[in-house]
Amino acid sequence: MSHIQQPQTSFWNDTGKTGITSWIFSTDHKRIGLLYFYSTFGFFLVGVLLGLLLRIELMAPGRTIMGPQTYNALFTVHGVVMIFLFIIPGFQGSFGNLVMPIQIGARDVSFPRLNLFSWWIYMIGAVVILTSLFTGGGPPDTGWTFYVPFSSRTGTNVSLAVLGVFIIGFSSILTGLNFVTTIHRLRAEGMSWGRLPLFVWSLYATAWVQILATPILAITLVLVAAERLLGTGLFDPATGGDPLMYQHLFWIYSHPAVYIMILPAMGVISDIIPVFSRKPIFGYKMIAFSSIAIAAAGSLVWGHHMYTSGMSDTAILVFSFLTFIVAIPSAIKVFNWVSTLYRGSISLEAPMLFALTFILLFSIGGLSGLILGAAATDIHVHDTHFVVGHFHYVIFGGSGFAFFAAMHYWLPKFYGRRYAEKPAILAWALMFTGFNITYFTMQLLGMQGMPRRYYDYLPEFATLNLVSTVGSWILAGGLLIMLINLFRGLWWGPPFEGNPWGGATLEWSIPTPPPTENFIEEPLVTHGPYDFKGTGIP
Amino acid sequence: MKIQADPPATPEGMYMNEQHHIISYGRLVATWLVLLTLTALTVAVTRLDLGSYKVWGALAIASLKAGVVIAVFMHMRYEGRLLRWLLFVTLLTLAIFIGFTFFDVLYR
Repeated sequence: MSHIQQPQTSFWNDTGKTGITSWIFSTDHKRIGLLYFYSTFGFFLVGVLLGLLLRIELMAPGRTIMGPQTYNALFTVHGVVMIFLFIIPGFQGSFGNLVMPIQIGARDVSFPRLNLFSWWIYMIGAVVILTSLFTGGGPPDTGWTFYVPFSSRTGTNVSLAVLGVFIIGFSSILTGLNFVTTIHRLRAEGMSWGRLPLFVWSLYATAWVQILATPILAITLVLVAAERLLGTGLFDPATGGDPLMYQHLFWIYSHPAVYIMILPAMGVISDIIPVFSRKPIFGYKMIAFSSIAIAAAGSLVWGHHMYTSGMSDTAILVFSFLTFIVAIPSAIKVFNWVSTLYRGSISLEAPMLFALTFILLFSIGGLSGLILGAAATDIHVHDTHFVVGHFHYVIFGGSGFAFFAAMHYWLPKFYGRRYAEKPAILAWALMFTGFNITYFTMQLLGMQGMPRRYYDYLPEFATLNLVSTVGSWILAGGLLIMLINLFRGLWWGPPFEGNPWGGATLEWSIPTPPPTENFIEEPLVTHGPYDFKGTGIP
Repeated sequence: MKIQADPPATPEGMYMNEQHHIISYGRLVATWLVLLTLTALTVAVTRLDLGSYKVWGALAIASLKAGVVIAVFMHMRYEGRLLRWLLFVTLLTLAIFIGFTFFDVLYR
């Protein structure tokens, strides 16, 4: 990264330090942000390759390119890599680190060294997970959920994999602590809570979920390891244990974790939509409040993963009710984004196209979520491809596309170079088309009864599976064009200067790329984050 | 017990409300005795024929003991309101997480 010649003095070169150590031992939030970006995005690409292989295997009934054990290992590793190595640390680590301190007018986060330590823990955990693939009994084959009793009995290397996830959890907790402290203590003069950019609000809500929920995952995974290594029998009915307790513990973390994945994405969208509509955001307070409401209510709905597990009817009723409640703050956000667009002066540049796609795909994912949240309909489609389609609509169509939006919106700011617009739009069009062909088909397959995680299937599912696989190639083609165009632009493209998008948040008021200390003078905040008139932007 | 110097006050007033309390040996010993008594009580409760309430009794005494340890040994009763609130919210979250699983366990 350091070989790139930047046009002016910036955090790339103004400390005079070069080489790999100026990155991996840097406490500058922007350098740590880029470290996180390249490591998490690298794992995303690994996950994409695994996903493509899974789709090729499912292209036709019977064996296509791999055996059943390899298939089981691949869907497990695809899930673990995408969730624990990409999307949970991705937003907070990369764009949270890059943008948040500048948006609140701070020079860095509260605990810069702890910030670096978080990245190191993340990398150590990642190495442990990768080691688990090639040692012991081979890659885990339990699915990313590590459900007992299978996970306590399988001969594959589950113990090492859960140790890796355990380690990464600490990275998540420390980032959460760092961000809560930073947002409380390091806001610039005039940066009141009512003037925080909505991306910062979403990071704040997410950080609390990270702090409060992650320890429960850690304990749960320790119990799985204890079950395997010591034979404690906590989850084994034969010794007085309860296998459902595992599912409760796992989802107490892993459902809120879904909100760790989606909340910062919603923050990105709330920042991008007003800029490209040339209008202040509609309902600032409600969007900020709904982030907190989603974080709080979303922590109480974990039981909706367990409707067919043998949980009590009372619990099904309660968790189903609570699940519908989470739909309210989510719908508030969608309503406010659409209202912001209303009569705005919309310019359809790449970040905006990805942001608008988020709204559509997230809404489809959210509505299919209501089918899964209602117990009566869930029992019909539980553990089918409908769930796979739903999850990818929310997390890939939602968080993933928001991540791409953030890449096109913010990365040029930090590189001082820009990508070409036309290939970016072509890439978006291909990805949008490929995405819907791949995952809408999965929802149809699920409705017809094709189970998830099955290696083989009945001949009547063959046509739709073939369509889905072809869709995944279109999606991958679009992704490839996006990557080539974006990174070619960032590394060698024409200069990106000033405030070309016309943003009113603080990151657009400082030089491009930002200097190490971000602000040349202490900023004094005199207007809100979407007050375009107050900044003098036409 | 060593007396700690007050940390330097920062412009942000970060440490303004922080005070350091020294707890006397008498109070520490008294707290210890309270904990021992409660332990004895836990043992005594197991001898009573309370049925399923036995677990609740043991849990209640254990929570009381944890509360005493947090308040005195961990100095929480001398801390500011913010820190006490944070602890309360954390414990409340944990209580809700555990409590909600009983929608399942109690009605299975």
